[in-house]
Amino acid sequence: MDNLILLNVLILGSIAFIAAIVLYFVSQKFAVSEDPRIDKTEALLPGANCGACGKAGCHDFAAACVKADAKSFANLYCPVGGAGVMEKIAALLGFTAAKKEPTVAVLRCQGTCENAPEKINYVGIKSCRLANRTFIGRTGCPTGCLRFGDCVSVCKFDALHIDEKLGIPVVDESKCTSCGACVNMCPRRLFEIRPKGANGNRVYVACRNTQKGAAARKNCKAACIGCMKCAKINPEIKVENNLSYIPSSVSADEFGAELVKNCPTGAIVCTKCSVEDKE
Amino acid sequence: MFTISTAPHMSSPVTTQTIMRDVIIALLPAALAAGLIFGIGAVKVMLTAVAGCVLFEYLISRYLLHKGNTTVDNSAVITGLLLAFNLPSSMPVWMILTGCFMAIGVAKMAFGGLGKNLFNPALVGRVFLFISFPVQMTHWPRPSWGDFLNTDVQTGATALGILKHLDVQSSATALSDQSSALSELPTYQEMFLGYMGGSLGEVSALALLLGLAYMLYRRVISWHIPFYYLATVFVFTCILWLYTGNIKYDPLSHLLSGGLILGAVFMATDYVTSPLSTGGKIFFAVCCGLLTVIIRLYGSYPEGVSFAILIMNAFVPLIDRHFIPRIYGTGRH
Amino acid sequence: MSSKKTFSIGGIHPDKFKITADSPVREAGLPEYVYIPVKQHIGAPAKILVQKGDKVKVGTLLADADGIVSADVHSSVSGEVTKVEDIEGEFGWLETMITVKVEGDEFEPAIDRSYDVIKDIPYTPEEIVQIIREAGIVGMGGAGYPTPIKAAVPHEKKPDYLILNGIECEPFLTADDRLMIERAEQIIVGAKIINKVLGIQNAIIAVDENKPEAIEILTNISRRYVGVNVQVCATKYPQGGEKQLIQAITGREVPPGKLPIDIGCIVQNVGTVYAIYEAVMKHKPLFERIVTVSGDACARPGNYLVRVGTPASFLIEQCGGVSEDVDQVIFGGPMMGTSAVNINAPITKLTSGILLLSRRITARPEEGPCIRCGKCVDVCPMGLRPFAIASFVRDNLYDELKPLRVADCIECGSCAYTCPAKIPLLDYCKLGKYELKKSK
Repeated sequence: MDNLILLNVLILGSIAFIAAIVLYFVSQKFAVSEDPRIDKTEALLPGANCGACGKAGCHDFAAACVKADAKSFANLYCPVGGAGVMEKIAALLGFTAAKKEPTVAVLRCQGTCENAPEKINYVGIKSCRLANRTFIGRTGCPTGCLRFGDCVSVCKFDALHIDEKLGIPVVDESKCTSCGACVNMCPRRLFEIRPKGANGNRVYVACRNTQKGAAARKNCKAACIGCMKCAKINPEIKVENNLSYIPSSVSADEFGAELVKNCPTGAIVCTKCSVEDKE
Repeated sequence: MFTISTAPHMSSPVTTQTIMRDVIIALLPAALAAGLIFGIGAVKVMLTAVAGCVLFEYLISRYLLHKGNTTVDNSAVITGLLLAFNLPSSMPVWMILTGCFMAIGVAKMAFGGLGKNLFNPALVGRVFLFISFPVQMTHWPRPSWGDFLNTDVQTGATALGILKHLDVQSSATALSDQSSALSELPTYQEMFLGYMGGSLGEVSALALLLGLAYMLYRRVISWHIPFYYLATVFVFTCILWLYTGNIKYDPLSHLLSGGLILGAVFMATDYVTSPLSTGGKIFFAVCCGLLTVIIRLYGSYPEGVSFAILIMNAFVPLIDRHFIPRIYGTGRH
Repeated sequence: MSSKKTFSIGGIHPDKFKITADSPVREAGLPEYVYIPVKQHIGAPAKILVQKGDKVKVGTLLADADGIVSADVHSSVSGEVTKVEDIEGEFGWLETMITVKVEGDEFEPAIDRSYDVIKDIPYTPEEIVQIIREAGIVGMGGAGYPTPIKAAVPHEKKPDYLILNGIECEPFLTADDRLMIERAEQIIVGAKIINKVLGIQNAIIAVDENKPEAIEILTNISRRYVGVNVQVCATKYPQGGEKQLIQAITGREVPPGKLPIDIGCIVQNVGTVYAIYEAVMKHKPLFERIVTVSGDACARPGNYLVRVGTPASFLIEQCGGVSEDVDQVIFGGPMMGTSAVNINAPITKLTSGILLLSRRITARPEEGPCIRCGKCVDVCPMGLRPFAIASFVRDNLYDELKPLRVADCIECGSCAYTCPAKIPLLDYCKLGKYELKKSK
C-alpha cells in the first residue's frame, strides 16, 4: 500500500516536473518582448475595448500612446476615460494632456409615443437596422426613431434605455462616455456627440426630418418644419432642406430659453433652460 | 393600415408543439404495450413520471427562471414518458419523482430549458436512478398478461442479464447450468412482442417500431439515426457471433432485448442532443452502436444504451463542428 | 421531354394556392393617373427627359438610362405629364416618379399592336442588344437586373446553355404560367432571338410540373423549332431561383461571387423573354406586364395585363377591393415579396403579383426557443446554417458570420418558413448580410 502511494506521488510529481520544463521553454521561445509602459498605460485605461478612440481596443490605444511623440499624443484621446485618464497617461509618459471639453450623446428625435403615435403594425425581429430596410417605420416618419433599441444593445456602459412611456431611448448623462457606439449603430444616424455645455446646459434641434413642414407635422408633432424662426435669433443657426441645425457654439445659457420659446413645434431642446410657459 | 412584416409572409403549420404532439402519439403504442404487459404498476409509474416532470418544469420555469409557463410545448410530457419507459414497473413513487427532478431540474432547466440541454434529460434521470438505487432499478417484474392488477409479482432477470450471466460462467462449468440459463431466455417472438422482463417501454419492439413508423411518416425524424444505430449493433454482434459461435453474441437477441430499440428510436433521435447534419447523425449513431455493444459485452453492466447515448451526447457539439453541410457552389468543383 | 429534374440541396413544399391558374389574362384598363418611378431596376435611376405639361403617348421615352447599369423608362399611357416629383412609394419612402394624367390611349406609331406571331429575325446581334436596351427591359423575375448587360455577353465567354425560367415556385402567383399558356410561340421566338445574340443554337424552357397546360402547349410548339426543348422540373421551392435552376438543369453550380455566365449558363425569365420578343418584333418597349391579383382575402382573383405605373389600389378595386379580412398587401409572392405600407404605390416592371392575405396565412406564431431540429439546415437551398447565423447576429458577433457564408444567402425564406419554433431566421440572415456588407 505504501508503495502504491509512493508510486503515485512519483508519477504525478514527474509529470508536473516535465510539464513545468516544457512550459518554461515554450514561454521562453514564444515570449513577446513589449514595452512595459504599454501594459502600465493599459492599466490606466477603462478597459471597455469599445473602440471609441479609433483604435482596435484598449491595448492598441495604449501602444499608440507609448509610440506617440508630444505632437501626435495630442490627437489621442480616450473618450470613455475622459480628461482624467488622459492626464494620468500623460504623466506616465511625460507628455502634457490636451484639454478637451466633456461630451455626451444626444438623440436628435422627439418621436415619442405622444408626439408620433405608431400607425403601422410591424411584425419581424426587433431590430432598427432591419426595420429601416423594410419600411418607413411604425410612426411614418422617414427620419424618426424606430424604437427597437439597437442603440441600447450596443451601449457598453448601460447609459441607454428605451423609456417605456416615451418609447424612445433616453441617454443617462452620468453614464454616457460618448464612445460613439450608438452613433454608428443607429441606421438613421439620430445620435450626435455634443459638448455637454456649461453646467450641462446645451441646446440642440431634436429632429432630423427634411420633409416639408406639413408632411413632417403629419407624422410627428415635434418635427422641425424649417420655419427659420431660430435662424433669426442667432445667425450661426443654419436651416437647410427644411431642417435647422444648432451648432454647439451657440450658447445655451444665452440663447437657449429664447430658442425654445420661439420654436413653434418644440423641436428645439434645451437641457437646463428655464422657460416660462408659452401661452 | 396593414401589417408590415418581413418575408416570408407565410409559415409552415409544423410548430414545436405539433412536433412534440407527434412524438407523444408515437410513444403511445409502447405505453399501451407496457400497460398490457406489466399491468397497473406500469400505469402508475408512467402517470407519476409524466406528472412529476410537468410539475417540476412548471415550478422551475415559472418561479425560478421567471420565463413563464414553458410546459405548453409538451416536451416535459415526453421526458416523463421516456423516463417511465426506462424504469421497472415496481419502482416506488418517491424514487420516480427524484428521477423526474434530476431529469427536468438538473439536466434540462439548469442548462436553460428546452433546446439548451447538452444531455438527454430522461436518460440523465434514468442513469441517476440506476446508480443511486441499483436494487430497485434491476428488480424486473415478470410480464403478467391478462392479470392487470398484477397481484402476484414475480421477478426475474432480463434477457440481457441472462446473456451477461453466461459470460461470467467459465467454460468449465457444467453444460447443464448453461442450458438451464438459456431456457430462461425468451424466444425471439416473445422478445419482439414484449413478453419478457425489463423496463416498461423497452420490452415491446413491435410497439416501438410502430412509433418509429409514425414519426418517419410525419417526418418528425429522419431514418438515419435509428437505422445506423441498430445496424451497427447488429453488424458488430454478427461479426463476434460468427467469429466465436458463442450464444452470448447472438445478434437478434441483442437487437430485440434491452433498451436498444427504445434508445435508437426515441432517445438518440432527440433533436436537442443529436447532431444536425446527416453526416453527423450517421457518425453519432454508429458511435452509439459501437459503444452500446462494447458496454454490454465488456462492461460491468448488462445494458449499455443509456451510457452510450449520454457519452455521445457530450460529443455532439464537436460532431456538429466537423460535419458541416456543403455550401452550394463550393467544394464539388 | 426527359424525366423531371430538381436541385439537390434543400428546398421546401409550401401550399401552392394557385387559385388563378385557370383565369385567362384580362386587360386591367386605364386608371386616371399613372405614377411611373424612374428607378424600377437595380442600378442608377434613369435621367428624366420630360417635364410638367409635356404631352406623351404610349411608348414615349420618359427617362433615359444613366450609365450601363440602368434602364430606360417609357410612358405606359397617353396623356399629359402633370408632376415630376417625389411621391410616397410602396414602403412609405419617397421615390421620384413621373405622374401622367391619362387622356385617351394613343400609341407611338412605330408600335405594332397586332397579335400575329412574327418569326423571322431581321436584325444582327448588335442591333438586337440595342433594341433591348432602348426598350428598357429588365429581369422580370424580381431581381430587376437590366437585361442588355445579361444579353450582351463578351465573345470569349460563349454560354453552353440558355435556360428560360418558366418556374413560378412562389405560392399564389400564376402570371408566368398564364403567359406561357397564352403566348407560348412568342416566348419560343424570343428564345431564338436571344440565341442569335448569344451565338448558340439551343434553349431549354424549364417549367415545373404543376403547370401541365403550359408544358403541353410549349412542348407541341417547340417541336417546330430546332434546338428548343421543354424541361419539366419537380415542384419545389425555390426551384425558380437562378442558382437552383442552373443546378437542376445542368448539374453545374455557380461558385460564390461568380455569375451564371462564368459556368456557361444564361437564365432568363419567360416574362423577360416575352418582353424581348415584343421589343424586337413589335417595336414595343416594356410598359406593361402580367400581374396576378390573388390571395385568400381577395374577392375576385385573376391575372391582369397591367400598364406600368398603375396604382395597386386601382387593380385591387377591380378585384373586389380591400375587405376587413385583409391583414397584409404583398407586392410579389408570399415567400420573397414585400408587404406594402402604401397600396397607392404603382405597379412596376418587377411586380409579378399583388396579394391580399388574411391573418389565416400571415399569422406568425410566437417565437419559441430553438430546439436544434436542424430543419433550417436541411431546407436551405444554399447549404447554409441559418440557426447558427441567427445566434451570432443576435449577439452582434458579425465577424463570426464570414465562415458561415451568410453573403451567399439568396433570401428565399425557406428557413423561416420551416422553423417549428417560428424563429424569424431570414430576418437574422438579412441583418447579418447587411452588417457584413457594411463592415467591408
